[in-house]
Formats: sequence, C-alpha cells, structure tokens
Amino acid sequence: MRYETVIGLEVHTELSTKTKIFCSCTTQFGGDPNTHCCPVCTGMPGTLPVLNRSVVEYAIRAGLATNCTITRLNKFDRKNYFYPDLPKAYQISQLYLPICQNGRVEIEGEDGGKSIRIKEIHMEEDAGKLVHEPYEDATLADYNRCGVPLLEIVSEPDFRSAQEVVAYLEKLKATLQYIGVSDCKMQEGSLRADVNISVRPAGQEEFGVRTEMKNMNSFKAVARAIEYESRRQVAVLEAGGRVIQETRRWDDEKGESFAMRSKENAQDYRYFPEPDLPPVEIGEDWIARVAGDLPELPDKKQKRYVQQLGLPEYDSRMITADKAMADFFEAAAALCQKPKEVANWIMGDLFRLLKEEGKEASELTLAPEGLANLIGLVDKGVINRNTAKTVFEVMFKTGVDPETYVKEQGLEMVSDQGAVEAVIRRVLEENPQSVADFRGGKEKAFGFLVGQCMKALKGKADPKLINAQLRQALTK
Amino acid sequence: MQITGELIDYVADLSRLQLTQEEKEKAETDLGSILTYIDKLNELDTTGVEPMSHAFPVKNVFREDEVAPSAQRDVLLQNAPVKQDGCFKVPKTVE
Amino acid sequence: MKYLDVSALSLGERLKKREIGVREVTQAALSRIAKKDGEYRAYLSVFQEEALAQADAVQKQLDAGEAVSPLAGVPMALKDNICVKDLPTTCGSKMLERFCPPYDATVTNRLREAGAVMLGKLNMDEFAMGSTNETSYFGACKNPWDTGRVPGGSSGGAAAAVAAGEAYYTLGSDTGGSIRQPCSFCGVTGIKPTYGTVSRYGLVAYASSLDQIGPIARDAKDLAAVLDVIVGKDERDATSVTAGENRYLSSLTGEVKGLKVGIPSDYFGEGLEEEVKEKVLAAARKLEEMGATVEEFPMPMVEYAIPAYYIIASAEATSNLSRYDGIKYGFRAEKFDDLIDLYIQSRSQGFGMEVKRRIMLGNFVLSSGYYDAYYKKALQVKALIKGEFDRAFERFDLLLGPAAPTTALKLGESLSDPLKMYLGDIYTVSVNLAGLPGLVAPCGFDAQGLPVGMQLIGKPFGETVLLNAAHAYQLATDYHEKRPQEGGEGR
Ligand SMILES: [Mg+2]
Ligand SMILES: [Zn+2]
Repeated sequence: MRYETVIGLEVHTELSTKTKIFCSCTTQFGGDPNTHCCPVCTGMPGTLPVLNRSVVEYAIRAGLATNCTITRLNKFDRKNYFYPDLPKAYQISQLYLPICQNGRVEIEGEDGGKSIRIKEIHMEEDAGKLVHEPYEDATLADYNRCGVPLLEIVSEPDFRSAQEVVAYLEKLKATLQYIGVSDCKMQEGSLRADVNISVRPAGQEEFGVRTEMKNMNSFKAVARAIEYESRRQVAVLEAGGRVIQETRRWDDEKGESFAMRSKENAQDYRYFPEPDLPPVEIGEDWIARVAGDLPELPDKKQKRYVQQLGLPEYDSRMITADKAMADFFEAAAALCQKPKEVANWIMGDLFRLLKEEGKEASELTLAPEGLANLIGLVDKGVINRNTAKTVFEVMFKTGVDPETYVKEQGLEMVSDQGAVEAVIRRVLEENPQSVADFRGGKEKAFGFLVGQCMKALKGKADPKLINAQLRQALTK
Repeated sequence: MQITGELIDYVADLSRLQLTQEEKEKAETDLGSILTYIDKLNELDTTGVEPMSHAFPVKNVFREDEVAPSAQRDVLLQNAPVKQDGCFKVPKTVE
Repeated sequence: MKYLDVSALSLGERLKKREIGVREVTQAALSRIAKKDGEYRAYLSVFQEEALAQADAVQKQLDAGEAVSPLAGVPMALKDNICVKDLPTTCGSKMLERFCPPYDATVTNRLREAGAVMLGKLNMDEFAMGSTNETSYFGACKNPWDTGRVPGGSSGGAAAAVAAGEAYYTLGSDTGGSIRQPCSFCGVTGIKPTYGTVSRYGLVAYASSLDQIGPIARDAKDLAAVLDVIVGKDERDATSVTAGENRYLSSLTGEVKGLKVGIPSDYFGEGLEEEVKEKVLAAARKLEEMGATVEEFPMPMVEYAIPAYYIIASAEATSNLSRYDGIKYGFRAEKFDDLIDLYIQSRSQGFGMEVKRRIMLGNFVLSSGYYDAYYKKALQVKALIKGEFDRAFERFDLLLGPAAPTTALKLGESLSDPLKMYLGDIYTVSVNLAGLPGLVAPCGFDAQGLPVGMQLIGKPFGETVLLNAAHAYQLATDYHEKRPQEGGEGR
C-alpha cells in the first residue's frame, strides 16, 4: 500500500528582546548558571510577572509578516505541569486568545508554490536548562533561559514531506530574521521545531494517529527525523499494529526516535486565565504603526530582484533566503551598480566558501565595500577575473581591502603595450612547432600559446588583450 | 457530582500528593459534599454570560524592555535544600 | 505603660512631639508579646533585635525632624505571608518553615520608608486557607476575648495581636474574608481595599485574582493612616492601580449626613445568629440617626458566591502552590525514590490537610472534562455577582451587613466539617469576587461578651466612603475602644 505522510509543526523561537518576558533580567545567551536570574524568573513566593512591551510588539511583527490576523483582545493563560526546568510549575502562555491567528507562509514545494497555513502564534516564556551531572546521577537546574520570551508558531498539518518542512523552516527563519524578532540560531536553541507526524493510506481523508517528535537541533535532523518516523509508523501499520499517540525524542547520533516515559506523556495542563496579568488590547493604530515599520520581506524582495535587477529566479531566492545575505547583496550592488556581477560572486565563490567554512552570512568578515571594489578593479582592467578569484578568497578570510592587497602583492595586470608585445614575440620564437601547427589549422595550438604568454606574464594580463595581439602576430 | 476513588487518585496524581487510605476516604467524603454544594451553581442560567477573569478593566500594563541587574546567585540559592555548582540540584531527569 | 492602649495615630503624635521614645514603646510592645503571646500565639516570629534597631533608626529621624509619616516609630506587625527580606515568611506552613525571602514585599518597603517598627510576623491559617487559624502548622492562635475560641482566619494572628495590644496595627491579607471575619471575631477594625489598590508583590499568593493586603487597627482613622502609606501603583504588580495614597486620612470628615446606605436583605436570612443580626441592624439605625438614609433591598446572588469563590480560589491556589516542590526553597522530604517521588513526598509531608483539600479541589475543577462545568461557570457567576453589586451601587453609597454569621467559634468546632467552615464565609467572599472594598468595625457584643462586627461594602475605590462612615460611627460609639480583659493590662 502507498502511504502519505501528514506533518504539522510547532516552532518555538526565542525573541531577541533585551530583557525577559516578565522581568528585567537579560536574555543574553550563556553566562554562568543562574546569573541571569531574579526572584521573578526563579518563581519565588510572592513575586509577580510584568509584561515586556517589546514582546507584544515583536509578536505583532511576526503575525503581520506571516499574514496573520492580530487578535485585538489578548489574554494570558497558565499551563500547569511539574518539571524542574519550570520553577513556578506553570508556564505563562496563551491558549484561548493567542495574539496571531489564521496566517500563511508561501513555500517552494516539490511541485511549485504551496501555501502553509499558520493556525496561531502565541507568546509564552521559555523554561530553564537541565544539565545531567554524571558523577552522582543527578540533574542541575540553571534558570538563565527561564522567562526568555518565546513565540510558538503553530502550523496546520499542511506538509506532506520532509522537503516541504525544511522549505517552510527556512522561509520562517528568514522571515523572523528579516523582521528582527529572533536570531533563529538553532544551535543556541533560539529556533526549535516540534514535529507532529502521522501517516495514512494514500487517498484516505481521515488523519492517522500522530506522534510528536522533539529534540531536533538542525534542519537536517528535522528531515531525518521525519523520514525515520514516517517509515516507523508505516512499518507499524504494515505489521498490523497501531500507532500510539505519544511524544518521542529524536536521537540524531543514533538516527532513531524513542518514546518518552509515559508519566511525562500524561498531559492534563489545566489551563486557566493568568490572574496576575491584565489583558492586552491591541488597537488599530498600534498594528498600523508596526505594519508601517515592517521591512521588505523575502517574498517581495525576491520578486524585486528578478523584476528590477534582472536576477535569475533561483539566484534571487537563494540570496533572499538569509536576511544578512540580502543585506550584503544590496549594499554591494548599490556601491558598484552591478547587481548581476554581485549576484554571480555570491552564487559562486561566496556560497562555496561559506559552505566550506560552515559559516552563515551573518558571520561574514567580508564587507560589501570589499566586493564592490573588487568588481570595480576587474571592471577597470586593473586585475583579471582569475586574479580576482584569488583575491576574493583572501578577502573572505581576512576582510582585507582588495585595492591595498592587489598593490601589496603586485597583482595588477601588465598594461604596458611594449612589455606584452615583447612577451608575445619571445613566446612565438620559443615555440615554432606550435606556431606551425596553428598556421596549419590546429586551433588548439592557439590556446597553448595564450597559456604560455599568460604564464610569462604571471597571469597578470588581460586575456582579451593577449588573444587579440597574439592572433594579430600570428596572422601577420 | 459523584466522587469516586479513581477520581481522587487522578486528582491526587495531578496534585503530586499521596494520600493514606484514611485521608483518601476523608477526601472522598469532603470533596463529595463540597462539590454537591457547588452544583448549586447549576440553578443559575449563565447562557451568554461572558466569563469574568479580571473584575476591573485594567489593561495594557507593560514594562519597558530595559535591562536591570539580576540578583546575586547565592541569594537566589539561599533557600535551596540542595545545590551544587551554582545550580539547584535534583534527582536525575533524563530517562 | 500608659501608651500601650492608645491608637496608632495618637502614639505617632506623641512620638513626634518626643513625649516618649521609639525604643521605649517598642520595648513595651515586645514585653507585652513576651508576657502574653505564649497564651494567644498571635506571633509566629518576633524580630526582637531588628525591631529595636529600627526603633533607634526612626528615633534619629524623629530627632532630626525628618520623619514625615504620622505613623513613624509606631510598632506594628505583618501576617506571615508578607515577605520581609531575610526574615522568616512561613505562611503558617511546614512547607515554608525555614524560608527567608531575599526581598521585601512592596508594602514592607513602603512601611520601612514610613518609619514603621516591625515587631514580627503573625499567625495565620496555612497558606491563608481557613477561617479559624486552626490550620496553622504552628498551632492555632487564640481569641484574646476568650482563649477557648478561635480568632477567626486566616488573618487570625493579625486581628488577635491588635485586640491583645501586641501591636498598634497589623497588615493582613483577605482573599475571601480573611481580614474582615477575624476583625469581627476579635472586635477590631480592618479593611480589605479594592482589588489592585495595594500591591501584591511579596504577598505569598493564595488566589491571585482575589488576594488583597489590608490593615487591621483599633479604629478607622488608623486604617486611613496606614492606607496612606501602603496604597498605590507598583511597577512590580501589573494588577495594581493608582489609588488615593496620602488622601485617606485627610478626607475623613466624621459626617454621614445624606449618605445612602443599602441593607441587602439576603444578608440577614437563614444561618445568621439572632444576636449578630440585632447588633448589625442597630448599627444601621445609629447611622440613620446620624443623618444617613438606610434602605433594605434584595441581593439574591449572595448564596452563589461561596460555590463560585471556592472554585476560583482553589483553582488559582492549586497553580500558585505547585511551585512548592522541594527544589528551590521550602521543605524537601528526606526519603524519595526519584524526581516525581521527591515532589510527592515533599508536598505530602509539607502541606496540611486543608491545603491538600483545596489543591485537589482546584485540580479537579481545572482538569480536562470539568473545566467548563466548574471553572468557566464560576467565572460567569462572578460576572453576575459583579453585576448585582454594580446595580446596587447605582442606588447606594455603601452597603451594610454582617461580616460573619456568628461570633467567634469554639476551638475545634468547625475543623471536622470543611463545608461548614466554608459556609461561614458567606458574607465576605462576594466582595472579593467583585473586587470591592470591605470594612469591618465592631458594633457590639453578644450575651457571652464576644465582639460583633459590621461590614461596610463600598464601590470600587470607595475606601474613603467606608472609612468615613466607620470613623463617624466610632466618634458616636465606643465599641472599638473595648479591650478584652486578658489583654487590658492595668485597666
Ligand atoms: Mg508552548
Ligand atoms: Zn528575572
């Protein structure tokens, strides 16, 4: 039988506000355990939460960027459960009136564009970190992350493959970065995806029983976990068994998922309205102001690159997928007025080097001015394209200014007409056989002679010039 | 509302409480009579009444996003029954 | 010592005139506690050294003419669920027996700034759950008028300490009547302010949407002075609002002419002791004599307040008390198998039966499948109750009724039947549900010589009207000046 996989996502993203959602402690990543804490975020008796205005602002931004309706009257609710990473034993979240509802995100699916529906986005607080203490088989609780603001972005079960999920996550990440609400660093836990997954016989309307997968810390892991879990569920069904609704933990090293203990699966969160926080009413003016301040989003940017700058569709999508890259592209293109050239450098050498070094665009040492200057140098014939590639690699690694570097290393092209003519004369003298071959109709010999000239000029010549002059000399 | 032993067990479990047999029986009687009294509310027709969680229309109370110094760690840990390396120490949580 | 039984304000005045020293009055109060409190157990802890140090510091301010509050130097005490930095805050529970918060409650802070001398922390029902003070882990507080009886609860210690002259004023907290009912039982004056008027920061939560801190004192004028100190918007409590700080005392006129008093007839029905009814109605007539208009009217929702209250309060309490898990603070069981067992053992050994009962009730009404039938229904009934008060206040400036159906109960009388204890809150809980201010002042004594209190209920932020009516009444009567025999040393 053929099966179809149905996937829905709950994405948690930590907001890049300066302070926590309900107290004035810093949200800075790291720090010694329990040093970014106060009586409020450690849940001491008698302490009370006070809402950070920026969290609401960021949530509205995220809602507008994902085409959601913004809820005018917002309330917070308590989600009650015992766990040592949650010092109050309840998480302040939103169940009944989440701040954003009914949105959508456009992705590039396997068969073209697809719209993923966003059910809701709600505001909540993050939990602390538990570190296993191996010597005594104990656990240590660090509440530095406790109370860091989160948005939980819940999609409808609209995905049918791991590729779609990854495309969505990439789009979502780009969007959140664009609007400046989160740095979305998966390795620091500021973007986390829980995956709800079920399988059903192809053609069946009704959804199968779903499991929830947690603990994937890269997009690759998400894809692997989905593929694993979907295969596992199909195998269960094929063997005549039933899928059990449960939460499973992905182990990326083993490449397997494991059911969490049933005690932790018993879920009765006893939500009720948070009495310590008054409602938040969001007026039209607030929404309009946030909408007005919203930057150009990836979709729009991508279209503009194609229509106004003449970039190919694919290049445009690749460059706009990361806010930092798009910013880099635009800055460089504005400086040199050669968007296609800039795009070529990015698509080729820059992406390759980033991948080799395992870096992201946000970590670039290379400045847009550098690339613009480099393009200028090629353009003005100061260096040739090959030299430029070498210089680019150095710039990528050290951030050096190309003009200075080219001067220091003496990489300028030889533009002295006489020197070029002398080299050509010498090459022709030293390679009579090739000259004869060429004259005998062997075009290949011409390439060899060009190579010899370039070698003699240490690569620092304009290949076009060499070509023309050599041909002239040979046909004389 | 009829209170069963099973329900008491479930609620005690949610509460992270363990009752002795005697306490359990007492809880059954007490909660039973309290809930029977509470069922009095069913005399009232509340159709269309908006549930009221906050009695007064206070709204939009915010804190500005400005960092204030956090507390001293040893002060936060001063009441902890067991601590280690600046952390609250608990029995292991990983399965 | 002749200054022990005067009001807080008149003591403050004499301190300001430097007729007497702060250390002297503090020492006198501490001696009375040492002498008498073994019997009453109003105090759970006494801050002997700290109080004397505070006394000396305030004396310096008084000497330098820097102390502005009329209460500077007056010894007082706090219910043991209000945090005082680095001193015990037990909430009357084994769970917090050794807990010392590393912070002050906002009210504590404001009192410090006003030059209050804090004598100690007062006995209470465990986590404020109870109406008799008998659920205190540290033993029941006794009523100074009759030590075979309860002082009421949960702020029993706070009311008893004032009645016994062991503090000039105290702070209690009121979630369903916890200030007003013990004031009625102990013959002292107390007020639960409008929800949001006093910051709850540092008040260990019982039911967050209902809890409110308020003062207990010898008369309404003292209450006004204390409110001037503790009231006001606090940036650490999002539910706090700007109210009338520094205006209560100055707006007392002692006049009730033209005041429209409503008597909810449903507050005088079945279950109300005849003697209590008589005294309260006599107080209404007294106000009428003084120029107020008094009119009876129906308020049938009163009987639904208790079920709604117990659902809402227990639900919130369940959640608020989940943080006591033996990890960050509080009691941790010695033996346990694993993490979950650590929770279970610590909580089962750390909490008393009444607390467990409410935690379980709260978990029941919130659990999946029951939420709508119980919790949501209670919130709807709360809306109806609020509506009924709103309509009443279109006609009246304040409502007058009893605070409790009886005078002080005998120790042990209501412990065995929790429902019976809950029913004793009938006249007070609706005020919390609607968030209104409620004041209780003594208005007579029953045949056994036990105090009877009347309750005045006001509009939102109508504290001044209540304080003024009580003040006028107290100018015309002397019930508030009566002291229990045992406490009235040298009288
Ligand atoms: Mg969540
Ligand atoms: Zn904090």
